[in-house]
Amino acid sequence: MTIQTTPKQSWWSRIAHPGQFVAWTRPLLWPLTILTVLLFVLGLWFALYNSPQDYQMGDTVRIMYVHVPTAWLSQFVYAVMAVSALGSLVWRHPMADVSMKAAAPLGAAFTALALFTGSLWGRPTWGTFWEWDGRMTSTLVLLFIYLGIIALWRAFDDQLRAARVIAVFTLVGAVNIPIIKFSVDWWSTLHQPASVFRADGPRMPFSILTPLFVMFFAFTVLFLVLHLKAMHTEVSRRRVMALERQAAQGAKS
Amino acid sequence: MRAFSAIIGRELALALRGGGDVLTLVLFFIITGAIVPFAVGPDKALLASIAPGIIWIAAFLAMLLGLDRLFRPDHEDGTLILLRHAELPLPAIIAAKVIAHWLLTALPLILASPILAVLLAMDFSAFWRMVLSLLLGTPALAAFGAIGAAVTVAIRRGGLIAPILIAPLSVPVLIFGTGAISATQSNAALLFLAALSLMAVALAPFAAALAISSAED
Repeated sequence: MTIQTTPKQSWWSRIAHPGQFVAWTRPLLWPLTILTVLLFVLGLWFALYNSPQDYQMGDTVRIMYVHVPTAWLSQFVYAVMAVSALGSLVWRHPMADVSMKAAAPLGAAFTALALFTGSLWGRPTWGTFWEWDGRMTSTLVLLFIYLGIIALWRAFDDQLRAARVIAVFTLVGAVNIPIIKFSVDWWSTLHQPASVFRADGPRMPFSILTPLFVMFFAFTVLFLVLHLKAMHTEVSRRRVMALERQAAQGAKS
Repeated sequence: MRAFSAIIGRELALALRGGGDVLTLVLFFIITGAIVPFAVGPDKALLASIAPGIIWIAAFLAMLLGLDRLFRPDHEDGTLILLRHAELPLPAIIAAKVIAHWLLTALPLILASPILAVLLAMDFSAFWRMVLSLLLGTPALAAFGAIGAAVTVAIRRGGLIAPILIAPLSVPVLIFGTGAISATQSNAALLFLAALSLMAVALAPFAAALAISSAED
C-alpha cells in the first residue's frame, strides 16, 4: 500500500498561482467575447425593433434596456468586490486581490452609466434630470465609494499591502448595497419599486421582459469578459513590475 | 481598564500641551460657518432655514481636518507598532483613541456652537435640537473617521484620500443630523442618529484595527 505524502491540491489553490490562473482562463476569453457580441446583437434587435412602445412613455421605454442592466451590474460588481475582499482577508488568495482591483474601475463605469441613462430617462418621464430620491442618492454614494477605492489603489505603492487594507474598506462600504436595494421600499419618493424580481411574478408583459433579460445577460457576460481581461492585464503588470525591480536590484549590485 | 484610560489621558495630554490644535479647529468651525452669510447674503429668514445644514457641514469639515493626527504621528514615530504589541487588544486601543478624538474635536465644536447659532439667526428651540443632534451624531463621524485614518495610515500622501473615503459613509449622519434640527419628525431622526452612532462606535474599532494590522505587516 502506498501512502500519498504530497497533499492533493484543489482547483482553488491551484488557481492561486497567477500563471496557472491566466493559462486556465485564457481559453475562456474568446468564446465569452463571441457570446457577448451575439447576446448584444440579439438584445439590441429586440430592444430597438422588436418590442412594443410603452403606452405612456412611448419610445423612451427603450432606455430601460440599458439602464436596468447597468444598474444591476453596479451592485453586482460591488458584490464581486466584497466576495473577493473576503477571499483576500480570510484565505489571502492572491487572485482575489487581482479580482478586487480589476473590478473597481468596471463597477465605477457601470454605476456612472446607470446614473447617466437614468437621468436621460428621467428627463422625459419625470421632467427632471436629477432628484434627491433614495435610490438615486444611494447609487451616487456607491459611485463615490467606487471612486474612493480607485483613488486608494492608486495611492499605495505596495500593491500586496494595499489589497488587504482596501479589502477592509470594501467590506465597510458594502453596507451601502442593501440600502440601495431597499431604498425604493423605505423611501417611496420617485423611483419605482422592484418590478421584475417580485414574489408574485414580474409586473411586465413578456414582450418587454424578453429583451430586458437578453440585455441583462449581455451586460453581465460583458462584465465577465472585461473583468477576466483586466485580471490578466493586472497579472502581467505585476510581473513587469517585479521584473523591473529585479533588474534595478541587479544593476545596483 | 487602567490601560484604556491611560491611552485616553495620553492623547489628551499630547493634544492639549502640544500647541493650539484644538483652538485652531474651533476657529476653523466658526469661520466656515461665518463665511456662508457672505456667500448667500445676510437674509435672516434664509440663514435660519439653512443654518442646520451649514453647522453640520462646518462640523463635518472640522472633524475631517482633525483626522490626520489620529494615527499618523503614532505611525511615524513607531508608537503604533508598540501599541500593537501591548497587552490591551488593538480594537480597544483604537476605541480609546476614538473617544479621545471625540473629546478633542467634537466637544469643543459643540461648546462653540452657540456663537454660530447667533451668527446664523437660529431660534432657541432649534439651537437646543442642534446641540442634541451634534452630541448624538458626532461620535459616528469620529468612528467613521477612525476607519478612514486607519486605511490611509500607511500611505505617505494619505491626507487627502481619507476625506474622500469617509464622505460617502457619513452621508446618513448628515441626513439625520440636519433632519433632527429642522424637520418636523425630529424625534425619529434623533433616534436614528443615536443608533448610527452606537453601531459605528461599536464596530468601527474592529474594522480600523484590521486595517492597521494588515497595513503594518
